[in-house]
Amino acid sequence: MSAECRTVVNVGPSHPSTHGVCRVLVELDGEIVRRAEPIIGYLHRGIEKMAENRSYLQVVPLTDRLDYVGSMYANWAYCRAVERLAGIRVPERAEYIRVIVCELQRIASHMMSIGSTGADTGAFTAFMYAFNQREQVVDLFEALSGSRLTYNYVRPGGVGADLPEGWVERCREFVAQHPAAMMEIDDLLFGNVICRARTKGIGVLTPHDAIGWGASGPVARGSGVDWDLRRDDPYSVYPRLDFTVPLGERGDCYDRGRVRLWECVESCRIVTQALDQLEPGPVQAEGLPRLLAPRPGDAYDHIESARGSLGVYLVSDGSVRPYRMHVRSPAFANLALLPMLAEGHTLSDLVVVLGSLDPVFGEVDR
Amino acid sequence: MSFVWGLLYGTGAVILIAGGAVVGVWWERKVSARIQLRLGPQQLGPAGSLQMLADVPKLLFKEDVVPASADRLLFRYAPLAVFAPIAMSLAVIPFWAGWAPLDSAAGVLFFLAVPSISVLGILFSAWGSHNTLATLGGVRAAAQMVSYEVPRALAVLSVVVLGGSLQPSELMDAWRWWWIPVTLLGFGVYFIASIAEMNRGPFDLPEAESELVAGYFADYSGIRWAVFMMAEYGAMIASALFGAALFFGGFMWLPGVAGLAVHIGIAALIITAVMWVKWTFPRLRQDQLMTFCWTVLTPLALVQLVLAVVVALWL
Repeated sequence: MSAECRTVVNVGPSHPSTHGVCRVLVELDGEIVRRAEPIIGYLHRGIEKMAENRSYLQVVPLTDRLDYVGSMYANWAYCRAVERLAGIRVPERAEYIRVIVCELQRIASHMMSIGSTGADTGAFTAFMYAFNQREQVVDLFEALSGSRLTYNYVRPGGVGADLPEGWVERCREFVAQHPAAMMEIDDLLFGNVICRARTKGIGVLTPHDAIGWGASGPVARGSGVDWDLRRDDPYSVYPRLDFTVPLGERGDCYDRGRVRLWECVESCRIVTQALDQLEPGPVQAEGLPRLLAPRPGDAYDHIESARGSLGVYLVSDGSVRPYRMHVRSPAFANLALLPMLAEGHTLSDLVVVLGSLDPVFGEVDR
Repeated sequence: MSFVWGLLYGTGAVILIAGGAVVGVWWERKVSARIQLRLGPQQLGPAGSLQMLADVPKLLFKEDVVPASADRLLFRYAPLAVFAPIAMSLAVIPFWAGWAPLDSAAGVLFFLAVPSISVLGILFSAWGSHNTLATLGGVRAAAQMVSYEVPRALAVLSVVVLGGSLQPSELMDAWRWWWIPVTLLGFGVYFIASIAEMNRGPFDLPEAESELVAGYFADYSGIRWAVFMMAEYGAMIASALFGAALFFGGFMWLPGVAGLAVHIGIAALIITAVMWVKWTFPRLRQDQLMTFCWTVLTPLALVQLVLAVVVALWL
């Protein structure tokens, strides 16, 4: 069919299924997507530039606003880069707390993604079940940091505050019930015949393309690419913890969704182990000046966020402000796959594919 | 005289649908909340039952926006074209022994044919909105509603074969309790096809929120939007009442007012089941929807028809 006969639809920037403010310019041939072009930048705030005018500590709240579904990750990735740049040693307890909050964050973030898989396919009930779990994590974070979305909790040299009284018990309660809740969602959503029909074989990503396009996280692992920074470039106390990396086989939306589901179960194991190994001690490196001024140089560090390899690159010119900050955003790399994955499927599948890539536009646009 | 009767009937049908929609929306919010680990409305009145009294004036007083690029005539009257056929279809539902508001000799046919006219209204609104997403929703609705007519009509036909009449009152007079096991499969087909007819989940593709925002009524607001909602609930009420009569005997179980109560009770159960299905299942895709209609539902309806014919001949 010639290009003249195609319908052009703007999905977004304000649309129920764009997971933020993404605009996808879709060319339709009937219901079939012939071309889908994500147009990004609607949430661009210039965070990387703003960081150049703030002290190292003041940048942490900015990183909250990158991936607002998983603020802890950006906090941590940034802090690791600062610590590498300034040569700060983080106390052991702080490292454990970071692992605990980030694994809880993975659960919270994946709940958003799995819930929207349900909402995108029209099963809004699954969304509510997933958010029931996410709410509990967010409650834990609220007790920890005072906020429910932008935590500003992981700081250069440690974490913002020690765990409040009774928090460990609440956390244990949550991780004890979470796997059963995941099995229920697995049954209700991924076991549903319509949901299977809607997600299986849709948006198939080959391992070759996953590597070639720089996909990471559950998107790559859904295609069977066995790559997880927690295991393959171990950081923090992850080498002391026992966990497996779930992998998909076919690389379709179904596999990506189920990889996220199993990662949540694994996160519960990690949190339980970390809570067991947690020893009393300081949570902030001692003797840290209020204004950090690292020696001139640069540093890059990355962690495994809920969306993939999240990296922060920092350049210091010796002053109290970063000379340059750059964020390697996994959501950005994963979103680039959308045109390839959605082509040839229907408009209904486009939103499912977009949801399975799980982009957060705070991080894509920065 | 027939004009006065028609006016009276029309007013009654609108009141019934409006009242049914108000109760239905509240009930749906409670049912969906129950399914979704929520509480639903609970602040206004007992169990939030007065919530709708607040919602109705809100809808009435909202600004009635007509998009600048819309075809004004089509856009403004499309909700009526959707609503009117559904209100009309209530006329042939037998509520009382030997009586229906319009006891025509072709009453059953009337019920199957007239609500289909609302497809036109949906196309009017879709085209009149001058909006790509709305047009897609309208085209989806037309394909879906026309296709699901077939299994629905076949399922109803099996009851007609058993009763030997298209006249609602005669059909109900002939109704016997042992029809229930014979036509159970037919009811299943009727139930599924009716959900598709009223564009409710899992067949709500024409208004698919996550894809088309709201499909053909994406651009509507205020009272016109409320009329679309009333049409949806009206279709649900009409299908449930009609199904309760034909497949479960409706008022035949008890005499007089008690029978009417049984009829409404069965219909309420069917409506609750429709809501349950909507809040449990994800949405189908357009091609899956059509495949399901033609390769699963229609053959099942034909099997039911053959079964009914065999039983009717054997008697």
